[in-house]
Amino acid sequence: MQHQMEDFIRALRAADVKVSPAESIDAHEAVARIGYGDRELLKDALCATLAKSEDEVARFDRAFDNFFARDPFDFATPPPPPEGGEAAPPEAKLEDVSEEAAGSELAQIILAGDSTALSQAMERAAQAAQVSEIRLSTQKSRLTRRLLDEMGVAEIEKIISQARRLEGEGGNALADRLEAGRKVVAAEAQRYVQRQHDLYASESGRQLREELLARKALNAEGGIDPVDLQVMQALVRKMAKRLADRYSRRRNRARKGHLDVRRTLRQSMAYGGVPFNVVWKTERVDKPKIIAICDVSKSVAAAAQFLLTFLYSLNEVVDRMDAYAFSGRMIPVNQILDEHGVDKAILEVLKLIGFQQTDYGRALQDFAENHLDKLDRHTTVIFLGDARSNYADPRLDIMRTIHERSRSVIWLNPEPESYWNQGDSVMNRYLPFCHLAKTCNTLDQLERIIEDVLRQYVPR
Amino acid sequence: MTILAQAANASPSADSFASVDALVQGLAGVGYIASRRIATALYMSVHLQKPILVEGVAGVGKTELALSTATLLGLPLIRMQCYEGLDESKALYEWKYGKQLLYTQILKDRMGAELADAAGMDEAMERLHGMGDMFFSEPFLEPRPLMKALREDDGCVLLIDEIDKSDEAFEAFLLEVLSAYQASVPELGVIKAKTPPIVFLTSNNVRDLGDALKRRCLHLHIPLPEASLERRIVASRVPNIEERLTHQLVGFVQALREMDLRKSPSISETVDWARALILMHADSLDAAMVRDTLNVILKYEQDIQMVEPQVSELLRTAQTTP
Repeated sequence: MQHQMEDFIRALRAADVKVSPAESIDAHEAVARIGYGDRELLKDALCATLAKSEDEVARFDRAFDNFFARDPFDFATPPPPPEGGEAAPPEAKLEDVSEEAAGSELAQIILAGDSTALSQAMERAAQAAQVSEIRLSTQKSRLTRRLLDEMGVAEIEKIISQARRLEGEGGNALADRLEAGRKVVAAEAQRYVQRQHDLYASESGRQLREELLARKALNAEGGIDPVDLQVMQALVRKMAKRLADRYSRRRNRARKGHLDVRRTLRQSMAYGGVPFNVVWKTERVDKPKIIAICDVSKSVAAAAQFLLTFLYSLNEVVDRMDAYAFSGRMIPVNQILDEHGVDKAILEVLKLIGFQQTDYGRALQDFAENHLDKLDRHTTVIFLGDARSNYADPRLDIMRTIHERSRSVIWLNPEPESYWNQGDSVMNRYLPFCHLAKTCNTLDQLERIIEDVLRQYVPR
Repeated sequence: MTILAQAANASPSADSFASVDALVQGLAGVGYIASRRIATALYMSVHLQKPILVEGVAGVGKTELALSTATLLGLPLIRMQCYEGLDESKALYEWKYGKQLLYTQILKDRMGAELADAAGMDEAMERLHGMGDMFFSEPFLEPRPLMKALREDDGCVLLIDEIDKSDEAFEAFLLEVLSAYQASVPELGVIKAKTPPIVFLTSNNVRDLGDALKRRCLHLHIPLPEASLERRIVASRVPNIEERLTHQLVGFVQALREMDLRKSPSISETVDWARALILMHADSLDAAMVRDTLNVILKYEQDIQMVEPQVSELLRTAQTTP
């Protein structure tokens, strides 16, 4: 049973339920306490010790049911030929074939049609063949082969061919029955390996894909596979949720643990110098206030969708965020992001102003004319764009104003640094006015940078 | 195995905690109708001596579970409500600074006299040290919930309510208390619980809790109950309610939960509603009655407006559900 617990915990980990060694010790203690007798009790007890959030409970329940599912084999061995029929000669016995045949366990199981024994034999063989180590779907056929070898199918094949050579009809009848049994066993083995794959490997495949996508360039040549698009959008949302969990809490005041002598003395005046009220020093902690300005022009078309998805998610996370989008002209998009679901909001923004000729100067001027009062010394301004302005005036003077009035200016450029300032890019001219300018063309980088921005506001 | 043996000795009301079924019955005896999953988690928590982290939407009976456990075991319940900015001095202990200052003020002359005849600076210092210790002793210590729980010699039920509202720093501070059942006070030394308290932590999922905390706790998620369980809960909480009314009202609430509401009614709302209906001497539900009392189960204006036109229809579905 020890072995089974270990396998089960491995299956849980594969199903994205985090299980630490300490928790697995807890689980073992729990099992020692309640035993394996009551299935529901076992499930509940393991659930309490291993699954640690609502999502994990759901995944745990699924994994438990899959893992401990013991669906009976459908062992449809053809029944022995009807007795009493003249034409049907008695079937040959295993002993008639050869001595080894008589000793073959699997052959006996098949002839007896004993499903319990078969499932036990398969379990044993699976352990020997290490089927539960399966990681990739491409390993399935190899592992099935190994499993069958361990069960002694080769032996059965030998017996069949020997039985066919026996004299009389009896040999053939035995061979037919073994043949049918062998097919059932092979099918069962395949099913077994498939189930192991579902238990241990299906989730890891998905994780691998997500990892790759997180590192894939957003403005890659040829765009992003439509199949991946869905996964990536889900990833972006997950990422924003993660950031939200960490940083959404209000952090108004933090007590520093120092006595505020000045104010304590002052309050004590009212009581003739006796300090009835003790006052502590406090510290104000800023909530993040972010202004995000997103380029949605042709040159960043591929990345624009993700930048907007991210804006959308960020908008739900950060209380005080103003989002703007531009290609030629700049518009505030907060309202659009608030009102619609993510897909619709992105379409709406792109429909309004997307994919036109970029003009950074014009966009900055729009911002300066209408929204400059949004900037104060608590604001972080994030630009998402490639700074390719089609040779128009980049309006460095406005950029300087933004730089001076805000707490920090961060520029995230989807192009690699070596492309900056080539062609119509004016990145290097904007650079002096940015506190931080970075290449950001994968979801991974995006998350790391946004996290840095949010962390600045959090006391360590 | 030694741990388990200790745990068995530690559980005071051995009868109720002998098995999960006994526990279900025991809890029912004090008015808490528990599903088997809840009872199993509680059973494991007591026998493995682990804190239990209870999650679920508001009003589903998280706090009530701790209260009922305390009643069942006949132990005192110590409750600590968490909030943003809660820190060590509010949770564990605090020196009574006001009292200390006040006393030093009052005793100023007395202390001056005491020091006046000191031979030299060294001796004056020496005497002053003695007085300093006087001001950091038990009478000036203000024990807060955690300290109180650790000092209960016969054990107690400690309820740390809405842990998700506290800061991460506080969560980290809790780790020592929760894993070793001890806390250190620099001036007094380490305080260790003689009998570990039974600890409940509740969370509304305002934020994700840290892995370190989750690892030290057993986890229990209480979902909204099925109709049959909810009927039993209502019957136990509101003893003189007609069975027909219970049926109707639980059916109605269950139907409401299918709808896309801002805040679905949870168990506490169902019970409140049942009580309200009893007060109004209703023995069955009709549309007018439901409309009048809708504000008991729905807490947002939009929700009420959304449900109101559909009341008759919902009532019909409620009647037909088994």
